[in-house]
Amino acid sequence: MSEIKSQEYWRWPEYRHTVPDKDWHNAKIITAGVDVGSVGSKAAVLLDGELYAYSAMRTGGISEATAVKVVNWALEETGLQPDNLHYVVGTGYGRVNVPFAKRTITEIACHARGAHYIYGPTVRTVLDIGGQDCKAIRCDEKGKVLSFLMNDKCAAGTGRGLEVFADLISVPIQDLGKVSLSVDEEPPPVSNTCVIFAKAESLALLRRGWPKERVAAAYHAAMANRIVDLLMRVGVEKDFVITGGVAKNAGIIGRVEKLLDIKALKPNIDPILAGALGAGLFAKALYEKQIGLR
Amino acid sequence: MLAHYGYKDGSGDYFIIIDTDKCDGCGDCVKACPYNVLEIIPNEFDIEGGDMAAVKEDQRKKIKYSCAPCKPVSGERKLPCVVACKPKAVSHSW
Amino acid sequence: MITAGIDVGAKFVKVVILKDGGVLERAKALVGFDVLKSTIDPFETTLKKTGLSRNDIEKIVATGMGREAVHGKPPINAEEVVSVVVADAKGAFHLIPTVKTVIDVGAEEGRGVKVGPNGIVKDFVINERCAAGAGTFVEAMARALEVKVEDMGPLALKSTQVIPMNAQCCVFAESEVVTLIHSKVSKEDISRAIHDAIASRISSMVLRVGVERDVVLIGGVALNPGFLPPLKKELNTDVIVPECPEYVGAVGAAMIASESKE
Repeated sequence: MSEIKSQEYWRWPEYRHTVPDKDWHNAKIITAGVDVGSVGSKAAVLLDGELYAYSAMRTGGISEATAVKVVNWALEETGLQPDNLHYVVGTGYGRVNVPFAKRTITEIACHARGAHYIYGPTVRTVLDIGGQDCKAIRCDEKGKVLSFLMNDKCAAGTGRGLEVFADLISVPIQDLGKVSLSVDEEPPPVSNTCVIFAKAESLALLRRGWPKERVAAAYHAAMANRIVDLLMRVGVEKDFVITGGVAKNAGIIGRVEKLLDIKALKPNIDPILAGALGAGLFAKALYEKQIGLR
Repeated sequence: MLAHYGYKDGSGDYFIIIDTDKCDGCGDCVKACPYNVLEIIPNEFDIEGGDMAAVKEDQRKKIKYSCAPCKPVSGERKLPCVVACKPKAVSHSW
Repeated sequence: MITAGIDVGAKFVKVVILKDGGVLERAKALVGFDVLKSTIDPFETTLKKTGLSRNDIEKIVATGMGREAVHGKPPINAEEVVSVVVADAKGAFHLIPTVKTVIDVGAEEGRGVKVGPNGIVKDFVINERCAAGAGTFVEAMARALEVKVEDMGPLALKSTQVIPMNAQCCVFAESEVVTLIHSKVSKEDISRAIHDAIASRISSMVLRVGVERDVVLIGGVALNPGFLPPLKKELNTDVIVPECPEYVGAVGAAMIASESKE
């Protein structure tokens, strides 16, 4: 007998992870970065500037409580206590709500720093697609910001826009990208970039008999167009990398790469952590300064 | 460094672009703006960057509307902030 | 002379039959997936109520987003199409000859029109393709607040304090409303904030064509009593709302039909 569950397709799974083969007892400097976004909160724990443990969860309504929760969750199973952290830096939309952070640093600086950690010093263009915003950052070989653009006014091209769509076609959001790629031929993109109007247009397509995959492809194509339009404002120079939760949507990434005719570097670390990682790295530098190592 | 303040939505692209290499934080644009859209802040991208002009945070998501009165449909268009800036550090994308 | 105007909007179809400049009958219906089909019912309703047939109508002009759906297509067979701003200006002028500025807020677009002599369009500005600039915003927020759309206005009028709203996008505003409700902000105050936001957006756009009296407000959102007070405040002028404001575009189209036949 199967029970009828009402599934929330837009709710991506929360998770934590400890990097194996690392022991914090040997570490000199233990820091953490907390990136409280408007949709997701991320914590990264670093041992001497190397990623050790992390967690990602939904921010929900009260970001202060979430900041505490996400750090505690990252520390769970490691044996570390919050008191063991030498320095914590907060960032993101809700960075002012990280109660135990010694400093808050802008998300731009943290993302650029985190992107360099994840992808290496050849990074020149960072595209960050978060829950409620989309950022484009051009930087030089030293990681200095040359050009910056952020769009957090409009849901099109953000994680929220995709969540709305996942709900519409009843596909779990972590599978959405794959579904959008399961088409033989790429359909024309939906004509509206406004998520509300694109949703209505997609609904009409579904009613016309278009299969889910095709509608997903049309929507992803429109969102990719929107993202590339934004990127072109700052220009794209290799190496090109993508961070943020939406970096995990192959349907968006593949289409963006195709439109730009540039391949993004593949990450070895979860790209959603760029902000938190950068914050954790800044925390190490600031701690070293504090204790006179710099 | 080019800082793009504003947004893109279904109806278009609306960005005020500040060239921080040219901007000396003089504040002439802030005084010239009739709608309190701009302010002078410490350079938020470069810790050693000095002061720069920027769009106020609470204006960034609605500059299409905030700047609308300075952009009449017909007639001559002179943007006070652009005109006031001597080093030509301020520009509008629309 | 009997003419008809059909305004095929994003959400509603509005039909008006005019005889010698006076409204004989009007009807409206929701626009469904088959746009043409959606126009037939209200059209036939007006015919039935007036006892007229399609042949009695000398000319039909269509306007609105979906005007091409009835352009030369049976059974309506509209002979001509005109843009919404042209129909708005003509319709507002016909009803209120002292009009200089028309504000039309529909389901998906907001428009500002500067009216010249005899109801021609001097200037116009359209706020389009973003749901936060039009009636869809109120609807989406009504869903988030779990109230009926028609209750949004009356709720707003009962508000006792101003709450700032940060979100400028329909989708983000829905999340913000949920957060506000969790913070125990009253529905009245939230609804007022929503109406203030749209009024602010619309008036900013209208300022681009210049605000000159008499200012006339038309379109579906004109029926919302919560929209008028903040709009008047933002524009700092009185605003006239004619009877059946959502039909003014169709009236204008019908007037254009009769003028072209004279």
